[in-house]
Amino acid sequence: MNAIIATFRRDAALLWAGGGGALAPLGYFIGAVVLAPLAMGPDRTLLTAAGPPLAWVAAALAVLASLEKLFQADLEDGSLEQMLLSEAPLEALVFAKGAAFWLVVGVPLALAAGPAAITLQAPLERIPVIVASLLLGLAAFIGAGLVGAAVAAGVKRGGVLIALLVLPFFAPPVIFGASVASGQDVGPALALLGGCALFGCVIGPFAAAAALRLQAE
Amino acid sequence: MAAFLSVSSLSVRRGGRLLFEGLSFDAAPGDLIEIRGANGAGKTSLLRVIAGFLRPARGALQFKDRADPQAALHFLGHQNGLKGAVSAHAHVDYWARLLRGDASDALDRVGLRTQAELPARVLSQGQARRLALARLLAAPRPLWLLDEPAAGLDADGRELLTGLIDAHRRNGGVVLAALHESLGSAPSQTLDLSAA
Repeated sequence: MNAIIATFRRDAALLWAGGGGALAPLGYFIGAVVLAPLAMGPDRTLLTAAGPPLAWVAAALAVLASLEKLFQADLEDGSLEQMLLSEAPLEALVFAKGAAFWLVVGVPLALAAGPAAITLQAPLERIPVIVASLLLGLAAFIGAGLVGAAVAAGVKRGGVLIALLVLPFFAPPVIFGASVASGQDVGPALALLGGCALFGCVIGPFAAAAALRLQAE
Repeated sequence: MAAFLSVSSLSVRRGGRLLFEGLSFDAAPGDLIEIRGANGAGKTSLLRVIAGFLRPARGALQFKDRADPQAALHFLGHQNGLKGAVSAHAHVDYWARLLRGDASDALDRVGLRTQAELPARVLSQGQARRLALARLLAAPRPLWLLDEPAAGLDADGRELLTGLIDAHRRNGGVVLAALHESLGSAPSQTLDLSAA
């Protein structure tokens, strides 16, 4: 348990301290939702219809763009070997890394979605639900993203490979998330998002750990 | 004394090429086994097989009463396992938690007490290697797998390394080291992979 908490704390600190690590996806997301209304013009109905799906696409791509470094550094600097030698299972350490990524990258992004939703003309009373749905959706993205990042860890410029592997798994949360953001079937869509998040948190670390064991060879 | 580790008729293949085959040896507590061989003879691969990172093409490894051999060994590879932004002290602290040990005097013993708060990225190559050596001390584990452990170390550092290996052997530890030049500690066995 100690090893898992230590890995979580170290990764969170590294992501936070590493400059671009945590802020780049946030900047990417904010940039997309600020530019969208400017690009679409002042038509309020268009913005209300297109804004929420657009915010979800921006969140998905912001996470996708930052996944590449998740395991690559550990593989290159020898940290992965040390993780393999821990008594704690690699799956649990991978989960800790994913949780740190969610905390440092995902949570600020979900919180930023609050003000972003206002610029996209979402009604104020819907904002807490949108933030909650993004917290779940980002957990689902990161769970799936762990697998892609692990498979591509040994590949220079593995971003394209990650995108190909991971994007199909981004589709369900984007569908349910956009539905929440548009105010359609909020309850069921939130429940399904929660399901996606659970699926990602449980399957992701196991699949990612299996891929990392192969990478260590 | 009973062997801590028995290796029997081990063959290792990398990228379709057979590096060595039929390698057998036993390691007992207190042993230092030197692994010699030309570049590409398979020294690193042998250590990685024993560490469980690589699967052998054939042969078996047997650890004495160990359900989880990876929790009984240290691996010091070419990479030091350091993060540039993290201080020396925080590294040792993390290793002690990750590998279950006690970090208190590890930095002192490798001569990095004054560098404890420096981030790893400003350490010299030799200091970074010393920090990696501190990992061996931060968690007590019976088997040390060292790949070119003296790389980057100065004369003092090599002496320090010899001292650490001697102390580990006296405590009943086992050391397997891939080396180009002998260290001060007298090996109990030398494996020459080029000859195999």
